[in-house]
Amino acid sequence: MSTGNFENWAGNISEIGAVYPFVGSETFLAIAGVIFWLWWHVKQSKIENEDHKKDVEKWGGKDTLLKSIDKEDPEFP
Amino acid sequence: MDNELTALGIIFTEFYYWLTVVIMFLIHVGFCMYEVGASRHKNHMHTLMKNTMIIPLVTVTFFFFGWWIYFAFPNGPWITGGLVEASHAVVNSEAMGVHMGAGEFNGWERINGVFWAAFLLFSWTAASIVSGSVIERIKSSGFWILAVLIGSVFWIIDAAWGWHAEGWMVQLLGYHDAYASGVIHAIAGGFALGVLIPLGARIGKFSADGTPRNINPRNPWLVTIGLFLIYTGFWGFYVACNIPMWDIQAGDGVFYSATNIYLAPTTLSGITFNFLMSLSGGLMAGYVVSKGDPFWTYSSGLAGIIAASAGNDLYHPIQAMFIAAATIPVIYKLHFWVERRFKIDDAVGAVAVHGYAGFIGVVVAGFMLWGYPSSPNPEYATVNPLGQFVGALIMFGLLGFLPGFVFASLLKKFDMLRVPPEVEILGLDISARVSEINDEQAIIDAEREYLNSN
Repeated sequence: MSTGNFENWAGNISEIGAVYPFVGSETFLAIAGVIFWLWWHVKQSKIENEDHKKDVEKWGGKDTLLKSIDKEDPEFP
Repeated sequence: MDNELTALGIIFTEFYYWLTVVIMFLIHVGFCMYEVGASRHKNHMHTLMKNTMIIPLVTVTFFFFGWWIYFAFPNGPWITGGLVEASHAVVNSEAMGVHMGAGEFNGWERINGVFWAAFLLFSWTAASIVSGSVIERIKSSGFWILAVLIGSVFWIIDAAWGWHAEGWMVQLLGYHDAYASGVIHAIAGGFALGVLIPLGARIGKFSADGTPRNINPRNPWLVTIGLFLIYTGFWGFYVACNIPMWDIQAGDGVFYSATNIYLAPTTLSGITFNFLMSLSGGLMAGYVVSKGDPFWTYSSGLAGIIAASAGNDLYHPIQAMFIAAATIPVIYKLHFWVERRFKIDDAVGAVAVHGYAGFIGVVVAGFMLWGYPSSPNPEYATVNPLGQFVGALIMFGLLGFLPGFVFASLLKKFDMLRVPPEVEILGLDISARVSEINDEQAIIDAEREYLNSN
């Protein structure tokens, strides 16, 4: 019993073809892969937007922004 | 692989491309160092992650559809023919995995992965070129969509058209671009310019009267060492653009040589001369033009190679040096003119170094190699200035600038292009920085408590 196309390496190697497990599942894997990739973009975009929203709420006031600029200013004490 | 000689040829080719991929990885180490060094302290982590995540996103999409585009689109499609069947490059092909050979793939199953990876590393490069120009204000979510578009769609369409032995641009225009002046650099520079227009400049970059202000690199050392690493990776890129061993004497005999991507002869020795001479021409001109500014001198070395790359399979090394040197003053002046005239904030000069230098490189090859065969196929058009000029417009304008502008404008419409101005002023790493300070403070408090209680 093997999840691949072959039980051992004996015989004509080139006749084995693909050696990964579950040969024949490539289309299913491709669909699952594309869904994972698209999901990642959606998830990442939500995380980034929430982070920005929180940052603006917390530190987006004019006073805080001015303080943050002063910290960047090399001449600021 | 039923005899030693065949095995040697195949395994050598497999190993050859594998090695180029490892060397080319340094391009991306270099890009990360370069971009982080060019950004201000408050944006370092965001800049690093923006470039790093190009790697997985372009990789998976190049696996899903980029590789297939290269083999399916050489005819346009519908310019010189329809879609080309490419069973080894579709995402659900058995050849897109470990495969022992035989069957329908005709040897492709042995080199498919390494050849795919060599092209993939070019894809990362195309996206990384754009990445540098947009630092310190672009949203990661928007940028990564653009990275997939340039890395896994548009550059590989141009490769199918003009960087394929049977591409329609090679057939009809006589397009010749051996080391990708246009195919990688002009398109990525054009795409970056297209994105920069809707993206806009960083806050403070231009004064009220429109005069640009310098936002200097935070860490010039990191920038220059990054560029050194990009040079190093560029060696791998040059090697990967060749077929290492091919019978080039059609019909009446056997003569094995390295070839360019069009299967026309060149030598690794010759391109080594030209790589170094064009690098030198660029560095020397860059030093003079920028009056010894390290950032522009290093960038000019890169631009010098890019300007000579279209014909570096055939040029004499001194020709390569002069082409590189002559291109630098043009791109340098053009960068600052475009910045002033159109208020374009290209943070690392990528549009000039890659876009303008690549465009010029393609056009110059049309004059230098006028009448040369574009391909071993005698029925294809020969290299000529008009064909190269049209080719440069296709690379920079049609497949670079236009999609960059259209897709970035769409992202802007959906508020996915630019971070809020407050976050830009605070720095894109604000949450991470505050959390770092809080963590440090917690440890200090704990240490203080320990000392007080003992």
